[in-house]
Amino acid sequence: MRAFAFEGGFVPPSTADFNLPPAFGNNEFTTKPILLVFLSVILISVFFIASSRKALVVPTKLQFAGELIYGFVRNDLGKEIIGAEFMRFVPLLFSLFTFILTNNIFGIVPLLQFPAMSHVSFPYVLAAFPFIAFHYVGIKKQGLGHYLKGIAFMPGVPKAVYILLTPIEIATFFLVRPLTLSLRLFANMFAGHLLLLVFIMGGDHLIKGVIGLKLVAPFSFTLGIVMTFFEFMVQCLQAYIFTLLSALYIAGALADEH
Amino acid sequence: MKTRFAAEAAANPLIPHTAELIVGFIAFTLLFLVLRKAVVPMFEKAFAARTEAIQGGIEKAERAQADAAAALESYTAQLADARGEATKIREEARVQGAAIIEDLRARAQEEAARITASAHASIEAERQAAITSLRLEVGSLATDLASKIVGEALEDQARQSRVVDRFLEDLATETGRSN
Repeated sequence: MRAFAFEGGFVPPSTADFNLPPAFGNNEFTTKPILLVFLSVILISVFFIASSRKALVVPTKLQFAGELIYGFVRNDLGKEIIGAEFMRFVPLLFSLFTFILTNNIFGIVPLLQFPAMSHVSFPYVLAAFPFIAFHYVGIKKQGLGHYLKGIAFMPGVPKAVYILLTPIEIATFFLVRPLTLSLRLFANMFAGHLLLLVFIMGGDHLIKGVIGLKLVAPFSFTLGIVMTFFEFMVQCLQAYIFTLLSALYIAGALADEH
Repeated sequence: MKTRFAAEAAANPLIPHTAELIVGFIAFTLLFLVLRKAVVPMFEKAFAARTEAIQGGIEKAERAQADAAAALESYTAQLADARGEATKIREEARVQGAAIIEDLRARAQEEAARITASAHASIEAERQAAITSLRLEVGSLATDLASKIVGEALEDQARQSRVVDRFLEDLATETGRSN
């Protein structure tokens, strides 16, 4: 462990701990998060193809489990928020939710134990999809000019307010939305993983220390376990929020008035 | 020490890695295509089939209920018809019974009248016969008696007859007076 490189002094986990070396030689496409992302794609595909393959009226347990997740995204995130045209966006929302959820949960799965979303590249890419999607449907629905005008000059506002509102609105639609979407996910996963590292590595360091510190170590480990459960909640919540906001942005672009 | 420093410099967590961007894009696109092509349509198919099954069941139940209601209505109607029929038959029977009784009574009266009339006729005939024979007998008796008393043979038919008539007349007058 790198943390013990300095004569027994405790080095707290840092951002550098997130940069793991490639698993195979120097190939930077073989780092842990990349392999985990591919693993997640395989796991999600296999699970949902297996559960939906038969499409039975009376579902098996496997189909029921798949339907539970699919139905949640389809109805609670798609139908409820987007409305009549929701079905077009269900594949996107469903992919976002399952992909983020699986990769987040990898953060507490023994042996895997790394959330790929704590590498900001992945949230950036994921936020790009709803970002493109909601601009695309907005332009298609209202026409480019009308759509941009609706963003820049919100109707029903006194002209003077535009001095303030127009830059804010433009920033919101083209910068803040994709950035907050990706950074919220990234930061939660990053901080959560760091928190677990602190308690687990701290406990590990304490147990190797003098007798007094050994006694404190169990508390550190216990808190590490408690935080693991807490992390599980945060991981599910973040997958939900990311998908929910994507659906809201799409719904907003579909609505004629902002 | 030098490598650690370099790693930390590269570790600004907000700077994306090119490799990860590429992998993220490919992996997510792949997942998106798989789910859109193979999973979403199948789940939708299952949902649609389920909706149809439930709706079909409800429709079937509704149809059965309608059938049952129609059957009940037809039975009720038949029952009412049967009741009406029974009432009509009973009424007819009553009317017919009354007619039969009336007919019988009329015939009995007629019969009675006929019997009475024939009895009257026979009585009258017997009376006439009795009167005739009585008259003959009384005549001969009276004549015999008179000839014996008077001593005069009244053999002459005409005279005999006249005497008898006179006698009877007297008799009739006497009977009429005594009445």
